[in-house]
Amino acid sequence: MLGRSAWGLFWMFRYLERAENTARMLDAGFRMALTRGLSAASDEWRSVLITLGLEEAFAATGLEHSGHIITNFVLRSPENADSVLAMMENARTNARMVRTAITREVWEATNESWMILKEVLSRPVREADLGEALDTIRRQTMLVRGAMEGTMLRNDIYNFAYMGTHIERADNTARILDVKYHVLLPSLAWVGSRLDNAQWEMVLRSVSGERAFRWMNAGALDPKGIAEFLILDGRFPRSLAFCYDKLASNMASLAYGYGEAAPSHELLRQANARLQQTGIAQIFEFGLHEFITQFINTNRQIADAIAADYRFTE
Amino acid sequence: MLPDGVPMTTTTFSHYDEMIDGQGQVRPAYAGYREWYDAQDPRWMMKQGKQAESFFRRTGITFNVYGEDAGQERLIPFDMIPRIVTADEWKKLSVGIEQRVRAINAFLHDLYHKREIVKAGKVPERVLKGNEAFLPQMVGFTPPGEVYTHIVGVDLVRTGPDEFMVLEDNARTPSGVSYMLENRETMMAMFPELFSKVQVQPVSDYPRALARSLAACAPPAANGHRPTVAVLTPGIYNSAYFEHAFLADQMGAELVEGGDLRVVDGRVCMRTTRGWTAIDVLYRRVDDNFLDPLTFNPSSVLGVPGIMDVYRAGGITIANAPGTGIADDKAIYSFMPEIVEFYTGEKPILKNVPTWRCAEADSLAYVLDHLPELVVKEVHGSGGYGMLIGPTSSKSEIAAFEKKLRARPENYIAQPTLSLSTVPIFTKAGLAPRHVDLRPFVLVSPNGINITPGGLTRVALKKGSLVVNSSQGGGTKDSWVLAE
Repeated sequence: MLGRSAWGLFWMFRYLERAENTARMLDAGFRMALTRGLSAASDEWRSVLITLGLEEAFAATGLEHSGHIITNFVLRSPENADSVLAMMENARTNARMVRTAITREVWEATNESWMILKEVLSRPVREADLGEALDTIRRQTMLVRGAMEGTMLRNDIYNFAYMGTHIERADNTARILDVKYHVLLPSLAWVGSRLDNAQWEMVLRSVSGERAFRWMNAGALDPKGIAEFLILDGRFPRSLAFCYDKLASNMASLAYGYGEAAPSHELLRQANARLQQTGIAQIFEFGLHEFITQFINTNRQIADAIAADYRFTE
Repeated sequence: MLPDGVPMTTTTFSHYDEMIDGQGQVRPAYAGYREWYDAQDPRWMMKQGKQAESFFRRTGITFNVYGEDAGQERLIPFDMIPRIVTADEWKKLSVGIEQRVRAINAFLHDLYHKREIVKAGKVPERVLKGNEAFLPQMVGFTPPGEVYTHIVGVDLVRTGPDEFMVLEDNARTPSGVSYMLENRETMMAMFPELFSKVQVQPVSDYPRALARSLAACAPPAANGHRPTVAVLTPGIYNSAYFEHAFLADQMGAELVEGGDLRVVDGRVCMRTTRGWTAIDVLYRRVDDNFLDPLTFNPSSVLGVPGIMDVYRAGGITIANAPGTGIADDKAIYSFMPEIVEFYTGEKPILKNVPTWRCAEADSLAYVLDHLPELVVKEVHGSGGYGMLIGPTSSKSEIAAFEKKLRARPENYIAQPTLSLSTVPIFTKAGLAPRHVDLRPFVLVSPNGINITPGGLTRVALKKGSLVVNSSQGGGTKDSWVLAE
C-alpha cells in the first residue's frame, strides 16, 4: 500500500469524524440557546468557537456574535477553511485520491454525502432548518462508516482509516472537556454547587453521551462523574479510553500484518498505560486542564509518529 | 437532416445512417433493438435516462474541463440508445485495425533504428526533422517485447456500409476506455431484459486483458517474477483522473503519482507504507514531456527524475513507450497508407481521410481556395480546439483563420468535411439522428493484438454538429457488437 494512500485514508476519516463532531457541538449549542437565556447562549457559542479553534478566525471576520451567524460560519462560510462543508470536501477529495483503496460502496457513500451536504449548505441555514441540517451531517458520516463496516477488508487500509477516526475523536472529546473544565472544576471544591446543570448536560450532549450517562448514573449529574465518564469509561464510544483502546487494537493489527511494530506503537503503549493507571481523583489532583493539555499533545505526537513510521509523505 | 422527433421511416440521407437505410427500412444491426424499443413506453425511457445521470454523478464518473476552476467536475452526457454494428461488420473492421496497429509498431521500431522507410523515400525526412514528437532518447533502444504502443485508440468514422475511415491514430495515451466499460454497466443496470433479447459481445474483459497484456511486456529486471504493474496519473485534478483510478482499481494495480516514485538502486520504486517497492511495468498517463524532468521538461513534477535511464537499462517497462507520439502526429497521418503498405506488404484495409499538407505550396493554395468546404486542423492540436470547420463557420471566422493559416502554413493540415454517419439518440420527441465516431481500444503485446469488440462512441448531441469532443458538447453511447 502506498504511503500516500495511507495518508489519504487517515485524513479522510479524520475529516469525516471532525465534521460529525462539529455537528454535535453545534447541536448542543443550539439547544442551549433555545432553553437558556441569551447570555448563557452567547457564552456557549463562544465556547463552541474556542473548542473548534475558530475563535480568532471568527473575530477576524468582524461578524456579529449571534447564534445564527456563528452556526453558519462554522457550517459553511468560505472565510472558514475548517467549515463543515470544507471538511466534507476534503474528505471527498481524499476519497478520490484513495479511490482504488476503498470499495465502491464507501466511495459512493462519501461522494453522495458530499453532494447532499453541498446542496444543504449551498445557502445560509435558517434556524428552523438547522436541526435537519445537523442531522443530515451526522447521518451521512454514519453512512460512510456503515459502508466501511459492511464492505471493507480488515487489512492495513481499514486500520489506517480507523486510526484516523480514533485519533480525531480522542482529540475532539479532549477539546470539549478542556473548554468546559472551568464548569467541572470549581464544583469539585464546591459540593452541592448551584452551577447550572445545563452546562454539564451540554458537555454530555456534545458527545452524544447524555443518555448513556443517565443510564449508568440514574439521572444524577455530577461533574466528577462526567469527567470520569468521558475520560476513563471504556464502554462509551467517544471516551478517551475507548478511542485509545481501539487505536491500540488497529495498530496491533497493523503490526501483526506487517510483521513488525514501529516507534508510534511504543508511544501509544505508554500513553495507554498512563490512561489506564490514572484514576479520576488523580486527574483532578493533577489538574484537569493540565491533564487534557498533555493528552492532546501526546495525541498529536502519536499522529505525527504514525505519519513518519508509515511514510505518509517523503 | 431530419428535424427531431420525426419518425425515422422514410428519408434520404447525404450521409450514412446506421439504423435506417435509403428505403426507410431498419438495417439488420438495429432490427432486434428496434423491436424492443418500439415496445417501450417513452415516458419510462425518459425516467431511465434521468436515473442514468444520477447514477453517473453518484459513482463520480466525471471529467474536469481545462480552463475551469480546479475541482469543477462535469458529466459527459450519456445517450441511452446503443450504437450497434453486426458481428460481420466488426470482423472486417478489426482486421483493418489490426493491420494498421501492426504497421504503427513496425514503423516506430524502424524510425528509431534503421529508418528504412525514410531511405526508401516513403516518408520524407522533413516531417521528422525538428518534430517534437520524435524523441532522440529512443534512438537505438528497443522496448521490452518490442512493443511500442501497448494501448492504441483508433478514431474511426463511418462513411458507408463497409466503409470506415481512420480519422486519427491515438498512440500516446488514449483515453475513454472507462466510458466504454461504465456505459455498458449502466445499460445493463437500466435495461437488463434488453440484453436477454439482443445478444451483445461483452466488453468487461478489457481490464483483465490490459493487465495481462502489460504483464507480458515485463522488463528484463522483473526476472520472470510476476510483474508489479502501476498506473501513473498526474493526479486528482487531471481531466481523466476517474479513468486512471478506474483502470488501476479494475486491474488491481497501484495508482501512483510522481511524488510517490523515486529511483532506488537502479529501479523505479514507489513509496509504500513499508518502504520502497520496485515497479516493473508503468502504465503512464502523463505525456512524454513530463515523464522525466532530467531528460525532458525540467519543471515537471508529474514524472520521475531518472526514469529514462532506468528504462534504457531494462529496469522498467513504460507503456506506451516514450516517443510513440511521432506515429499519431498529424504531419505523419497523411503518410499512413504508405506506412501500412511498406511494413505489411498489403494494401491498407482502412482508408485514410484525404489530407492536404499545408506545408506543401500546391496544397496550401488549394486549401486557401476552398476554406469554406474544408476542415483545417493544427498539426499538433487535439481535443477539437484550434480547428476550422468551414461549412459551419461564418465569413469572419474563416477570414480570421485564414490569417493564422497564412502565417504558419506548416502548422496545419486540411481535410474534406466528411459526411460522418449518424445513429439515433433519445430526445424528448423521440429518436433523432446525430453524427458519431468510434474509438475501439487495441492492446498490443508480444502474445498478439487484442481488440475489445465495441469501443467508445462519441456523439455530437447538437443537431447537425460534427464535433464529437466531450470538451465541446459531445456525449457518449454504449457501443454494441452483436454476437455471432
